[in-house]
Amino acid sequence: MQSLSHPLKPAKALMIFIVLGYFFLVIVLPIAGMFAGAFAKGLSAVGERLIQAAALHALWLTLIITAITVVLNSAAGLLLALLSTRHRFPGSGILDGIINIPFAVSPVIAGYMLIIIYGPNGLLGWFFASQGWKVVYALPGMVLATLFVTLPFVFKEVSLVLQEIGIEQEEAAALLGANPWQVFWQVTLPGIRWGLMYGITLTIARSLGEFGAVLVVSGNIINLTQSATLYIYQSYADFDYISAYAVAAVLALVSFLILICLEFIKRKRGVNTGGYRVAKPDQKLFRQ
Amino acid sequence: MERIRIYELSWQLAIAIVISYVFIIAILPVGALFTNAFNNGWQGFVKDISEPAARNALVLTVKVALAGAAINGLLGLLTAYVLVRFEFPGKALLNALVDLPFAIPTNVSGLMLLAVYGSGSPIGKLLESGGINISYALPGVILAVTLVTFPFTIRAVQPVLEEFDLEMEEAAYCLGASRLKTFWQVTLPSIWSGLLSGVVLTFARGLAEFGAVVVVAGNIPMKTQLAAVYIYGEMESYDPRGATSVSVVLVLAAIVLLVALNVFSRSYRPEFPEILRPRHFIQARRVKKHAESITSTQTG
Repeated sequence: MQSLSHPLKPAKALMIFIVLGYFFLVIVLPIAGMFAGAFAKGLSAVGERLIQAAALHALWLTLIITAITVVLNSAAGLLLALLSTRHRFPGSGILDGIINIPFAVSPVIAGYMLIIIYGPNGLLGWFFASQGWKVVYALPGMVLATLFVTLPFVFKEVSLVLQEIGIEQEEAAALLGANPWQVFWQVTLPGIRWGLMYGITLTIARSLGEFGAVLVVSGNIINLTQSATLYIYQSYADFDYISAYAVAAVLALVSFLILICLEFIKRKRGVNTGGYRVAKPDQKLFRQ
Repeated sequence: MERIRIYELSWQLAIAIVISYVFIIAILPVGALFTNAFNNGWQGFVKDISEPAARNALVLTVKVALAGAAINGLLGLLTAYVLVRFEFPGKALLNALVDLPFAIPTNVSGLMLLAVYGSGSPIGKLLESGGINISYALPGVILAVTLVTFPFTIRAVQPVLEEFDLEMEEAAYCLGASRLKTFWQVTLPSIWSGLLSGVVLTFARGLAEFGAVVVVAGNIPMKTQLAAVYIYGEMESYDPRGATSVSVVLVLAAIVLLVALNVFSRSYRPEFPEILRPRHFIQARRVKKHAESITSTQTG
């Protein structure tokens, strides 16, 4: 109460001012500039550019890649997290390190590694070519690249939660006669659901926005392997600024949505850590 | 008994599948990159990375990543402090905006910067008349890296600062330390680990940046060409050895940084601030309690 009625102290005001300026210059102004660029020729121009065949195809392709990536990497991340936190086996120490490698690899390098393996002169490329399967410069390569860059997200979020909640509940359920499948569905999964959701949301964000890795493996072929980020890049290079800004604005709006989801999940997680609070024994009862 | 066996078998099968998945997605590509880089032995590798364009790209990348880490380290620390300690209108919105660079595609980030600071925009023209070029120039590269790595320091410092016991600061202040001295000798040592991990992550991410930089600064060898952009350019050439060797340098640097950070944060125990030895601490608490009892009797 007191601090509100008093005027801001100069040092505090200066600090807030610097922070606001930093946000304004680095985040707010660029976003506003991009939307201004998209709507420079009016709303109808944006609509026109968005319903062009190439733009629609690019957005559709991004959606497909994201869907495949989310399904595969959520399942894999969940299993790997269970494996790494609930089981000890030789080499379990380096598993975490290996799964986190994509964080250390530049997206361009991720794409380049796929070319080394699956490209025309690649280690396995000749085999796939002889079977008539296209990996690089086609959808499978783009999916592989996206799978690589998003591998750690679900794993990281879920293992954090699994470590936090411990195994007592699972043990109790097993002792009471639940089979492993029931333990997973009725005890483990409810406990980690918000962590899992958070990881999946991060995976979606990264898949929708992946640029470097996909650029390298796709060959950027219009109407074929051009995803949304590549379409933006190409349109801008071709001086078709309105198209570039229009699709970029669509992706930016999706990013806002994703941010809202993340914020929502964070709050849910803060309030309710998955039903585990119910089972805690009441301290007062035991004291009597 | 029979059912348990089925569960065990299916679990083992799932693990076998998921391990092979990791092998195909992550281990095989990285392994292929490393074996390819050393095809011509150690000397071939050294020769590749000492080509003028490659060496220049690597040196420039380190400089730009350092600049980004310095800017975001300082301002990120300040931002985290302001967001944790102060109340002001719009704080929640600001806090949610921090993560935006993670959610926005990197090349869209580059595009946004060009829309505002590029040579076609009013602000860009103003900057150019002052001699600062953003499009296709070094300041633009640094700005792009700063935008993309914006959240790291803030998000690393915030939780540590939230956990930090305010009473420690109050005690130091009661003992007569100035605000600046309190921050320098009490607060900073306690949040040091968070700040360091934020800055190291910023630097590592800066080393890898491609999307925003290639849009803002293009691909001008020896001038604005960062390592990742160099790799992209070389890859298309007939003999992409330079791309392979520079890739290995970048990946190794990032792995070393992340492992070092991991080892450090596991072994690090924050020291109790020098000027708050327990005796003083207890005394300060007593002073604070006394002060509170006086104010409460006055108001009551």
